[in-house]
Amino acid sequence: MKQFITFLKKEFAHVLRDRKTLLILFGMPVAQILIFGFALTNEVKNANIVVVDYAKDESSQKLLAKIEASQYFEIEKMVISADQIEKAFQEGVIKLALVIPSNFASDLAHQNHAQVQVIADASDPNTANTLTNYISSIVLDYQQELTTNAGIPYRIMPETRMLYNPQLKGVYNFVPGVMALVLMLVCVMMTAVSIVREKEMGTMEILLVSPFKPLMVVVSKAIPYLLLSLINVAVILLLSVFVLDLPILGNIFLLFAESTLFIITCLTIGIFISVKTASQQVAMLISLMGMMLPTILFSGFMFPIENMPVALQVISNVVPAKWFYIIVKSIMIKGLGFSGIWKETLILAGMTLFLLVVSLKTFKIRLA
Amino acid sequence: MRTIRFLLQKEFKQIFRNKIILAMILVMPAVQLIILPLAADYEIKNINIAVIDNDRSPYSQRLITTITASGYFRLTGVNSSYDEAFGLIEQDEADLLLEIPAAFEKRLIRENENTLFIAVNAINGVKANLGAAYLATILKMYNNDLRLELVPSSNRIGSQPVIEVASSNWFNILMNYRVFMVPGILAILVTMIGGFLSALNIVKEKEVGTIEQINVTPIRKHHFILGKLIPFWVLGNIVFTIGLLISWLIYGIVPLGSLLVLYGFVAVYLLSVLGLGLLVSTICETQQQAMFIMFFFMMIFILLGGLFTSTDSMPEWARFISRLNPVSYLIDVMRMVILKGSGFSDVLHHLIVVAMFALVLNTWAILNYKKTS
Repeated sequence: MKQFITFLKKEFAHVLRDRKTLLILFGMPVAQILIFGFALTNEVKNANIVVVDYAKDESSQKLLAKIEASQYFEIEKMVISADQIEKAFQEGVIKLALVIPSNFASDLAHQNHAQVQVIADASDPNTANTLTNYISSIVLDYQQELTTNAGIPYRIMPETRMLYNPQLKGVYNFVPGVMALVLMLVCVMMTAVSIVREKEMGTMEILLVSPFKPLMVVVSKAIPYLLLSLINVAVILLLSVFVLDLPILGNIFLLFAESTLFIITCLTIGIFISVKTASQQVAMLISLMGMMLPTILFSGFMFPIENMPVALQVISNVVPAKWFYIIVKSIMIKGLGFSGIWKETLILAGMTLFLLVVSLKTFKIRLA
Repeated sequence: MRTIRFLLQKEFKQIFRNKIILAMILVMPAVQLIILPLAADYEIKNINIAVIDNDRSPYSQRLITTITASGYFRLTGVNSSYDEAFGLIEQDEADLLLEIPAAFEKRLIRENENTLFIAVNAINGVKANLGAAYLATILKMYNNDLRLELVPSSNRIGSQPVIEVASSNWFNILMNYRVFMVPGILAILVTMIGGFLSALNIVKEKEVGTIEQINVTPIRKHHFILGKLIPFWVLGNIVFTIGLLISWLIYGIVPLGSLLVLYGFVAVYLLSVLGLGLLVSTICETQQQAMFIMFFFMMIFILLGGLFTSTDSMPEWARFISRLNPVSYLIDVMRMVILKGSGFSDVLHHLIVVAMFALVLNTWAILNYKKTS
């Protein structure tokens, strides 16, 4: 035990001496929560559009006023003709063009049927779709103002309630995702690199010939990062409660227990990588390039997993961040207890055990 | 010139000797580019719906059929109680639930109107919003059909003013999300390879101690930086070329614009990313530090770069940061040139900004590299 404490002291000294890394370690979750909380949104706002108004009459002006009043669009003050639209798209200054034909008002007055044309830059299909929908609903709104709406029989009125997140804020989705992402990357990368570093510098040799058990050498490397990560979890939760107004509905101790489990999973992945690699650069490339984008994509907080091809849905099951994301969502936002997440917990625990056994089996006491 | 040639020889030898790293540099981006765009699909389909049918009348049956026939919804089952259906939402098995009240049909006929209750799992706000909107549209259609049957004269065409919105989608008629994601992901991969490798490089020499040997030779500071810069610049271009080939072979994306513009921009862009990497490398003492600082920047660059969410929707301060973000310029230009066929004059502004980044960062790196400690 005394040996173990001595080793822990050494590892803590390593970690605490490196001020730059430490700063980033704590700065990263803060920066990410703030970026996700305030900057990133899946909504489309302030999109630049151009209006090619051939009508220039009262009806078209009223329609334009309605569009201008919405927060979704910024109407570019430029006068172009229909064949200059493509050029404007290519320059990237506008996302959508609305063409109002010259006989707009007269068609509406005499035939009760008029047409406007919407051309969207669909190189970004999502934005194109959303903007077209916005325009359509504004036009529909305008049309309904013209209609006398009295006495439509047999009306079915849907009454919709948004559960958990009535204001449809993005942070509800992002905070659990960021937690999974930060913990995953920090733990995997830091353990993998700090173990491989001892190998690369040759100091591993010294540690291995000491009377201390080789397994304990590795374990004592992981413990400082476990503590740091728990502090990170606390910081993220404090920020999300006090800065982003995202309450924690479930049991906070359960949340911390599950976070600890996930951190341990990540630490074992780091140990696994370090066992398999010999140089820091390889370890870094694997834990960064290999982990960052897949974690972002397969944890399900950016893109819905059920939309992916079946093969990728299967792959996503291997990503621990996915399970942790589900757990955090269930506890924090839905307020579920352990009975709602035992399956995910079991999967994470199983992964950890498997990785631990494999790394221990292949852990070499002799250096090549 | 001769000095640089020798330095280059040394650097290339080091790169080619480490077979694992070389393989990873070339294979990992390729694999990711093949797999990731398949995963990045934002289109909302397959919404799981649980229906609580308290009426069990022909009308409610027909409503359920209409919903499932629309193609957007997948019926998880018809439940008998609200609590049962809510349990499905808690387990993430259903995304929304629709409750049809008892005597729905009778009251609709007798009282001329009736209410349906919809509850949506809104943790993912966008998905919830779209799901509710789809369902509302389907309800409206169902409602119109019913009304037409009950009062055949109600929907005479031409009695009410109608404004039709004819929409067309340019550059990507099929609205394929992958076409949009591939250039963006390629931009990120090129950035990550260039940024991380260059950030780790000088610092490795520091950590291993070989930098002392270089410091005592007459190699000039800018020679040293150039010697580090050029190999990774070449590698970056190779990765970019592989990426373009993959997007052509697998996703059938052929750049609409000129390849010359594309390569020209990437050439300048790589200089700026490598400059950032080298600068970080001169500041740090250990590889771990360098990687972490680089990682911090990459994270912010990627998130604010407009790969997943549009930069236009961000608040003013975030848009300001994204103007200082080289990655957002590359993602922009890649999409403009590859998907829309933008020409040199369209991307000139981007090019100038990125060239400025390259100049400032590399000069800074040269100044910051000190031969004496």
